[in-house]
Amino acid sequence: MAKEAIVRTIGVKKVYMLGKIPLRVLKGIDIEILKGEYISIMGPSGSGKTTLFNMIGGLDKPSEGKVYIDEVDIAQLDAYELAWLRCRKIGYIFQSFNLIPVMTALENVMLPMIFAGLTTDEAREKAKVHLETVGLGERLDHKPFELSGGQQQRVAIARALANDPAIVLADEPTGNLDLKTGKEIITLLRQMNKDKNVSIITATHDLKMLDVSDRVIWLRDGMIERVEDRENITIKVGEVEGEEGG
Amino acid sequence: MEQKIEKQLTLPFKNAVQMSIRSLKIRFGRSIIITMSILLGIAFLMSILATNAFTMALIERGPEELKAILMTDLEEVRTKQVWLVTLSLLVCVVGIVNAMLMSVTERSREIGTMKCLGALDKFIVELFMIESFAHGVFGSLIGSLLGVVIMTLVFIFQHGFLIIRIFPVLTILKYLLFTVSLGTFLAIVGALYPASVSAKMEPAEAIRREV
Repeated sequence: MAKEAIVRTIGVKKVYMLGKIPLRVLKGIDIEILKGEYISIMGPSGSGKTTLFNMIGGLDKPSEGKVYIDEVDIAQLDAYELAWLRCRKIGYIFQSFNLIPVMTALENVMLPMIFAGLTTDEAREKAKVHLETVGLGERLDHKPFELSGGQQQRVAIARALANDPAIVLADEPTGNLDLKTGKEIITLLRQMNKDKNVSIITATHDLKMLDVSDRVIWLRDGMIERVEDRENITIKVGEVEGEEGG
Repeated sequence: MEQKIEKQLTLPFKNAVQMSIRSLKIRFGRSIIITMSILLGIAFLMSILATNAFTMALIERGPEELKAILMTDLEEVRTKQVWLVTLSLLVCVVGIVNAMLMSVTERSREIGTMKCLGALDKFIVELFMIESFAHGVFGSLIGSLLGVVIMTLVFIFQHGFLIIRIFPVLTILKYLLFTVSLGTFLAIVGALYPASVSAKMEPAEAIRREV
């Protein structure tokens, strides 16, 4: 069965105006991401990683070019349809977890389900299952400040998967975590990717992510430097071929 | 094949109220400041209205000697009163707008996150509106009662306990209804601009903002 492209970008450019001076962050990006793939977007700071990430996630609009999510041109969507996309088709994971501080872990995972129209009871049951899947069955009623960084990120993962999205976008998911916890999170993401066939797209500095990715897209200066399949990446201790410190 | 019914995005009122109550509890300090703003303005308004009500009551049913004095008082002060009250209420509304703008900025990450979860602009506005409604109702209720109590004490001090015996209950109740409605209305108006600003933020912009 041929795999469809869940995300497709064609000639995407992004220019920010700093006063009168244009800052060209993305200079023409063409990518295709297939359903069920685990993609990492890597590159040094300033390479345009986060900006590209925002484009793919429908969080921002390109200055030029097109972004297709599930073969739908997102520039054609109105505010309501975009919100629906973010609710049902895409899940987001952030470096700083971004959980709602006044809500418990359970309520945080329930929130997108409420937006999607589930009743409170339905949402509660489903959220419990999700939290158990990420290993937080015992911490449903804890508020974010009562959870460690790794636990908060697990809640964020459960929340991102709340409405069974087709894509999960993770922006530096291990950025605020120590080595061991970071590895656990990466393993969890890979597991979700395999179990639920959800495409995972991460923008990251973290080389530990390379091991679980199907493909890696290297960005430099707003352009794609190269795209590599996992099998072709040589990882030597302390260094990855071609990657300079970032 | 997705049914049309699955295209919905909702925030049931019950859930919106729950979330707003939580926010009010957690940000208690900020809530108190906004509530105080309304409380003081409405207390002032109510003091003026209560003074007029008590003065009228004393004129109608009080001793003759008082009548002459009180009637001159009433006329002099009327126009000044309107201006003073309007000014003080304007100051309150400006205070509310300021406090709400700060609140919105501090919560921009939370707002951005909710939009990433699928919240519509109007959900965000609704949440802020419920919070300001609460500020308005509590602030005006306490403020008007404060105004009545203080003016009653002032009149007792000036004219003795007569005022208790001829207390214009109906008029005061009418004024209470008016001031609470006005205070709530002003609180909501003050929050409209900040709330609409927050709702229109692009999620990426809202999340990046380091506050």
